Amino acid sequence: MKTVQFREALREAMSEEMRADENVFLLGEEVAEYNGAYKVSQGMLDEFGAKRVIDTPIAELGFSGIAVGASMNGLRPIVEFMTWNFAILAADQIINSAAKMLQMSGGQIGCPIVFRGGNGQAGQLGATHSQSFEAFYSHVPGLKVITPSNPYDAKGLLKSAIRDNDPVVFLESEKMYGDKGEIPEGEYLIPIGVADVKKKGSDVTIVTFGKIIKVAQAAAEALEKEGISAEIIDLRTVRPIDYAAVVESVKKTNRCVVVEESWPLASISSEIAYHLQNYAFDYLDAPVKRVTQTDTPFAFSPTLIEAALPNPARVIAAVKAVMYK
Amino acid sequence: MYPLQTEVMTMATKTTAKKTTTAKKTPSKAKKSTSKFSKATYLKWYKDMLLIRRFEEKLSQLYIQQKFGGFLHLYIGQEAIAVGTVSAQQEGDKHITAYRDHGHPIALGTDPRVLAAELYGKVTGCSKGKGGSMHFFDVEKGFFGGHGIVGAQIPMGAGMAFAEQYKGTKNVVVTSFGDGAVRQGALHETFNMAMTWKLPVIFVIENNNYAMGTSVERTTNVTDLTKVGLSYEMPSFAVDGMSPESVHEAMEEAMDRARRGDGPTLLDIRTYRYKGHSMSDPQKYRTKEEVAEWQEKDPIEHVLRVIKKNKWMTAKEIEDVNNWVKNEVKESIEFAEKSELPKPEEIYDDVYQEPNYPYIKEYLA
Repeated sequence: MKTVQFREALREAMSEEMRADENVFLLGEEVAEYNGAYKVSQGMLDEFGAKRVIDTPIAELGFSGIAVGASMNGLRPIVEFMTWNFAILAADQIINSAAKMLQMSGGQIGCPIVFRGGNGQAGQLGATHSQSFEAFYSHVPGLKVITPSNPYDAKGLLKSAIRDNDPVVFLESEKMYGDKGEIPEGEYLIPIGVADVKKKGSDVTIVTFGKIIKVAQAAAEALEKEGISAEIIDLRTVRPIDYAAVVESVKKTNRCVVVEESWPLASISSEIAYHLQNYAFDYLDAPVKRVTQTDTPFAFSPTLIEAALPNPARVIAAVKAVMYK
Repeated sequence: MYPLQTEVMTMATKTTAKKTTTAKKTPSKAKKSTSKFSKATYLKWYKDMLLIRRFEEKLSQLYIQQKFGGFLHLYIGQEAIAVGTVSAQQEGDKHITAYRDHGHPIALGTDPRVLAAELYGKVTGCSKGKGGSMHFFDVEKGFFGGHGIVGAQIPMGAGMAFAEQYKGTKNVVVTSFGDGAVRQGALHETFNMAMTWKLPVIFVIENNNYAMGTSVERTTNVTDLTKVGLSYEMPSFAVDGMSPESVHEAMEEAMDRARRGDGPTLLDIRTYRYKGHSMSDPQKYRTKEEVAEWQEKDPIEHVLRVIKKNKWMTAKEIEDVNNWVKNEVKESIEFAEKSELPKPEEIYDDVYQEPNYPYIKEYLA
């Protein structure tokens, strides 16, 4: 094992896959000569050259469409968005083109493409730079949506995403790129669509994904001291969702809290809650609770950020509510 | 008033990019030099254009009779563009267009039976009944679809050309769209990158002067659309879209440029759709006289005149072609009507390449 930053894990995944398959290439804003806005692609231009590590103008719709077209014609592009907020401009190509091409063409053309970049809030960046798109893209059939929470998962899942023949939305975070974690020296893959039990527990199931998992972990540690044993499930992928892992855990704990970085309406947490009332109704000893961002755009001031986001205290309160404590 | 053909011709020379003034032939010379094209080319143009037109005429009647649903955007009047493009292309070249997509696959040789079946939503359709009128596909023939969002196929076409360049082939991609799509941001972003990267792509405006019911004049200050290409220093030409000869020559020159590695070309091909935008269009935005004026330049009539003048077919042989076309259309409809509709469970096919994707299947499982 070795310790790497999250950004290095992503870089290893891309570089290994580019060494293995000539048809894989990376394009996006500042990915080549600038070595990546967040240094994910540092050194890749030197290794692979300008043919395969391509700086684009600031034109998210255009370069995403060009990547989709390349994927229709035999290549396997990786599109880096500086953040997913900017990818709203490319949503037509992701949702209308990539996600639907295989079906519209009656199976003739698929789009093996990965769209990746920073997702969610990253501090005081204001309303347009702070959104989380897990629920947004998970809504769309034809896509797969991956939400890694640590360097080990990031590398294994990104390699699987690049090899996958379907279009993949890969949601990282500016706040995670510096996170360190252990990964194996050699090559490994993590399958798409399989959740990970991050912490075993017996009293309550906390379902979460992406960088907000740290909040759940801090809450679980504090709860442990009070004698409450929380099981933490990291979904890792929000399309498809590993419902079985969630249901199995809740059958054991009989209680569930979902922690999500984004807004509450039509969210991953509402989906999990629906699924549990339908498939684990008889096992639930309390209604499912959730801790999400406030139902407001993300504001600038630190006090408003504190007010908006899930934190350990809110998770602890939700856990105690489902335990009637 | 939309410029007449002679005016278009004048514009073609006037608006030619500085870079391209050395071009061997300007589109305006094409009509005079009909001898450049062989008998076989004219016969194929005639047969293919007639098939496109009769196919759509018959299918639009059936649509009115509600034999099938969806939208139906007819290509009638614009046939010279599809056939002039295809006669200029080489093996392995590729095509992508918008939702007015019936002409291209027929010109490329797709069996009209599978196209009629697609309109009927049948499982034997070119897209297994999952695409419909706007989403014809025939990858084997180099046709990468009919796309529904105005202008979305412009970056996709450039991306397909990017893949040709990346793989080091000499193939090119013809990316077609209407004059309405020229207003989309996707076009401008794509033109910029396609020129920067010298992608082997030919951008074709099938300029029928109307974005649905809104004329070019009503949507822009720049009514000469070649100027849009010129602003990216892209070689840009106006072309007579009622003449397959002009289309072929302009296309051949553009394809040569792309194959040489000199990048994209914009062809503003002036054409006219005789029918409405779609079947529900009352066409109050134009006069009957305007339609009639364009119909006088009908490309099928023009090609037939050349054939007759050169005595390339006897009256009997022309009749035989007409009958063959009529029969193809008849058999296409019979094929479509006899074919099966997709089974409900086929809804889960072709959404993911992954064979065992775990769909949420409540109440259907």
